[in-house]
Amino acid sequence: MSAQPYRPSATQQHRIAFRRRQAIRSVLLAALSTAVLGTALGFLVTDAPGWDRVKLAFFDGELARESLSPILQGLWLNVRVFLVCAISALALGLLIATARTLRGPVFFPVRALATVYTYSFRGLPLIIVIYLFAFGIPGLRLQGTPSVTVLGGAAIVVTYGAYLAEVFRSGIESVHPSQVAAARSLGLSYRQAMRHVVLPQAVRRSAPPLLNDTVAMQKDVGLISLAGPIDAIRAAQIDQMGTANFTPYVVAGVLFVLLALPLIGITDFVTLRAARRQNAGT
Amino acid sequence: MVSRFTLLTTGGAILALAALAGCSPVADDTAPSATASASADVCPAGALPTRTAGKLTIGTDNPAYEPWFSDNDPKNGKGFESAVAYQVAQRLGYSPADVTWTSVTFNNAIAPGPKAFDFDINQFSITPERRNAVDFSSPYYLVRQTVITVKGSKIAGAKSIADLRDAKLGAQVGTTSYQALTDVIKPTVQPSVFNNNDDAKAALENGTVEGIVVDLPTAFYITGAELKNGVIVGQLPQVGVPEQFGLVLDKGSKLTRCVSTAVDQLRQDGTLAVLEKTWLADTGGAPELS
Repeated sequence: MSAQPYRPSATQQHRIAFRRRQAIRSVLLAALSTAVLGTALGFLVTDAPGWDRVKLAFFDGELARESLSPILQGLWLNVRVFLVCAISALALGLLIATARTLRGPVFFPVRALATVYTYSFRGLPLIIVIYLFAFGIPGLRLQGTPSVTVLGGAAIVVTYGAYLAEVFRSGIESVHPSQVAAARSLGLSYRQAMRHVVLPQAVRRSAPPLLNDTVAMQKDVGLISLAGPIDAIRAAQIDQMGTANFTPYVVAGVLFVLLALPLIGITDFVTLRAARRQNAGT
Repeated sequence: MVSRFTLLTTGGAILALAALAGCSPVADDTAPSATASASADVCPAGALPTRTAGKLTIGTDNPAYEPWFSDNDPKNGKGFESAVAYQVAQRLGYSPADVTWTSVTFNNAIAPGPKAFDFDINQFSITPERRNAVDFSSPYYLVRQTVITVKGSKIAGAKSIADLRDAKLGAQVGTTSYQALTDVIKPTVQPSVFNNNDDAKAALENGTVEGIVVDLPTAFYITGAELKNGVIVGQLPQVGVPEQFGLVLDKGSKLTRCVSTAVDQLRQDGTLAVLEKTWLADTGGAPELS
């Protein structure tokens, strides 16, 4: 039998053409409604009676250019502190989550300590922790006290570690107990079962919320400026107070959004991929 | 005490300066004959419409603090404000014997209502809000920025601005102090910036910074009352729009014009500068850095 090239039936061709027309129609409709809404919003803002003053106070192009350099300098501090803090907080969170899920009466004090830690540091406002670390610890006048930047970073790690620990723990507990039972029955020790069976699944499942918390952390690292270092927002504040114009804050805000975009993109991608895998074969 | 460099105070100070600049030529040049006779009438030496005829009643708070006063005794003519008060009295035609001091708390002096003094001298910053309640004379003192540190710090013995350049310094964000730090000292190490002077002070005590910049009155207060081992390194040259101290008079007082003229004369002939150097820099222990 000679192979006949596939030809959709007349009905099917009709159906495809209809679908294409529908697709074009919805794209056009979406573009139109976006344009209408955008124009309306634009007029609403620019026609507001105070727009001219707001424009001067928040969108001063020359001031934006002038303030860009000190703000970028401050942002570099944010980036460095963020990278170190994010990695340390993720490690600390994983450690605490593992400690909280240890079984057996011997480990009660470890579990209790880990629980007390996550309870107290999730409740304690970050600003207070930074004050305690950056102003309290140097006050002890111990030899080799690190710089306030390091101490402020430690405060952020300790606070975010508590949140991330809970995210990890929920991931660990979402792995069905039968998985551990199966691993143990195959002869794996508790540690091996955790390492090779539970944690890989737990981390994968908790990746989206973990990354989400990390994005939030990216904005909070600037709070170390309380202790003296000049971060992007502080640099903007210095310019703002010198000129009584809020444009530097807008510049800093835009830079923060740009900085967060890659991480937000990764988060979305990881979430989508996880959802696809979860639903694979159904 | 905090000199926040906000729009309001800046605007107020500029207005005040503009008012000063605008007033003096009118009084001196534009209508010389009219004002000459008017001032002779309005400000007769030693015979002003004071509370007690022939006497000048000056108010200040009790206790009166160093270095503005000395030994809590305004009558001794020692301390910057006591000296300024007696100089103003002399210009108005009152000998030290004709000056009576009365004790008035800071808040009462700037509250609306009848006053128990002809003028009050108590480190009052001139602000638009206070102008609603009282009259101010021309400023007799423009607040200077000052570096303070703790005993044993490497900048404790600094004699010049150059000695401070390599130190780790701090100041409150958005203040003239921060402006002085970056514009006058121009440190080689990035300065620390704090939300308020209390944080800056804590960092100084902790040794996180080696020195902080505050205004002179705050410097005297911190080193005198708050820090056990605080020392003043010195005053910086004037920068930005400084806070101004003025004599307080009753709202609409007939004396305001005369007292302002007396203060203006003291500034123009250099008396105020001499008093400032004598009582704040030399006796007060806040040497000039250059």
